[in-house]
Amino acid sequence: MAEVSLHKLNKKFDTTHVVKDVDLQIRDKEFMVFVGPSGCGKTTTLRMIAGLEAITAGEIRIDDRVVNEVPPMDRDIAMVFQNYALYPHMSVASNLAFGLKMRKFEKAEIEKRINNAASILGIESLLQRKPRQLSGGQRQRVALGRAIVRDPKVFLFDEPLSNLDAKLRVQMRVELKKLHERLAVTSVYVTHDQVEAMTLGDRVVVMKDGLVQQVGEPLELYNTPANRFVAGFIGSPAMNFADVTLVENGGKPVAEAPGLRIGLPGELATRARAKTGHKATLGIRPEDIHIATAADAPEYCFEATVEVVEQLGSEILLDMRAGPALMVASVEPTLRVRAHDSLKLALKPERLHLFDAKTEAAI
Amino acid sequence: MIEGALWRRWVFYNIPLILFVFVLLFPFYWMIVTTFRPDGELYLPWNAPNYMPFWTNNPTLEHILYLFEETNFARWMFNTMFIALVSTVISLFCGVLAGYALARLNFPYAGGLGTAIFITYLVPQTLLFIPLAEIIRNFQLGDTPWSLILTYPTFLIPFCTWLMMGYFKAIPKELEECARIDGASRWKAMVYIIIPVAVPGILSSGIIAFTLSWNEFIYALVFLSSPDQKTVPVGVTSELIRGDVFFWGPLMAGALLGSIPVAIVYSFFVEHYVSGLTGSVKG
Repeated sequence: MAEVSLHKLNKKFDTTHVVKDVDLQIRDKEFMVFVGPSGCGKTTTLRMIAGLEAITAGEIRIDDRVVNEVPPMDRDIAMVFQNYALYPHMSVASNLAFGLKMRKFEKAEIEKRINNAASILGIESLLQRKPRQLSGGQRQRVALGRAIVRDPKVFLFDEPLSNLDAKLRVQMRVELKKLHERLAVTSVYVTHDQVEAMTLGDRVVVMKDGLVQQVGEPLELYNTPANRFVAGFIGSPAMNFADVTLVENGGKPVAEAPGLRIGLPGELATRARAKTGHKATLGIRPEDIHIATAADAPEYCFEATVEVVEQLGSEILLDMRAGPALMVASVEPTLRVRAHDSLKLALKPERLHLFDAKTEAAI
Repeated sequence: MIEGALWRRWVFYNIPLILFVFVLLFPFYWMIVTTFRPDGELYLPWNAPNYMPFWTNNPTLEHILYLFEETNFARWMFNTMFIALVSTVISLFCGVLAGYALARLNFPYAGGLGTAIFITYLVPQTLLFIPLAEIIRNFQLGDTPWSLILTYPTFLIPFCTWLMMGYFKAIPKELEECARIDGASRWKAMVYIIIPVAVPGILSSGIIAFTLSWNEFIYALVFLSSPDQKTVPVGVTSELIRGDVFFWGPLMAGALLGSIPVAIVYSFFVEHYVSGLTGSVKG
């Protein structure tokens, strides 16, 4: 049982304000992922939860205890660091045992827990080795093991996979997910990789410049981003954006740019009508664009010139120019297209996003 | 390695290296030859018919025996060893703690304090011995080993502090943070994690501190006067140079024997020493 709640959390380093008024409830057993570009304050927030960084203003509670002034050792947390931070002069077994020895556990209990963690992570054969004799993936496992043996209330992960190569990263990601299902411990995970955030998180916090942009389940962030930043950050390849003006055309609101005119459907139209005459940003994900057929309503179609064709095998990415905007569309791998072809494309109206040009908030 | 043609390797690598090694090792060679050369050969004029400066066919131990029988050399060795060891231990202890504090505890003015400590190291000993002599006299420590044991740290502690500070800074901060989350206090994290990881750095500063105090001359010359209390560098030069007469044989024998402990210490820890100076922490 452990909930973590952050209340109006702030951190200033001298004059730089790196974490601004972060409010967050992390539920029991939840896997919460902090994601954002580097320098967005996500790691600082994690370090404040760990007690490694003093809190400038606000409050952190673990369960119902305010831990602002509690030293890291008394918070009952375990942390996995980006560079693993294995104690280089100790064997793997001693690395795992260190936290338990510091807490004066019985020898038999220490041994039991080490063996248990080692078998969960499949590192039984490595126990007598020194960290420098391990590969990156093995070090990562030992670092995880060191957190597991402690059986803490909260796991904290600081970009634990970013030092691994791409293949191993995918594999460890799956293992982390399984591990969380098995141990069911409240976890806070920091990453700059939105794929990790989407795949691992029960919920995801997107941060930028010290501010929380949006909190929600991965698909919620994907389908209904709160602002342009979240829309562009989550999803790969990234969402397409086009600078448009909202105008009325024959009684219907449309998004218009030179060489591009897209109709706005249903509810979006209602919300857009209030902003008629304003500048806005139109957003559409690459997979929501397809080659137009007779079934597509003409107001959702547009002309584009293909600039680059990227064959990925499972799909084709078309880098195109539509009016002033550069767009990427993900289309069927069977399609035969070449650079400089002119295409008529259609988009799924219900998947259109519109953002205020000034505030960047979703309309 | 230098890449390219053979002549480039010789001109830019091998020949400079050979010259360098020759310049460095020749004094030692001279010292060894002189130690074992009988007086009759030592004082031959250079234009004598059988003059052979770089070799001797009649090696002798007479100079070494002279050292032990006619002078207090054994006593000087003991004095030097005792003084060097104790002052090294004191300086290392202070240097490690101070270096850690300056590198890791973000207290106000840590930077300024670090610089201040460094500046004390820059004050030349040839000036500092004058006020120190006054202090030694006031505490009535003159002519005792303690006059040196307490004054050597004045230059050894700043030295050790700076070396250790650099070394501690090179150790990833996360190691310590992890230990503190694991349940160690700052003190325990230092004792169980940081200091063991810093052993190469501690050994290097220990070796250098030991060598500096072993070879120290000016304080030893000023603060010690009776033959019984002298250290090797002072004893050898003051007892074996009488007026303008240099007893070259015993002098060189003393120098040779005096450099053996230092050589042993270096060769013993040379691997740690190199990694300590280059500040590498292997993860």
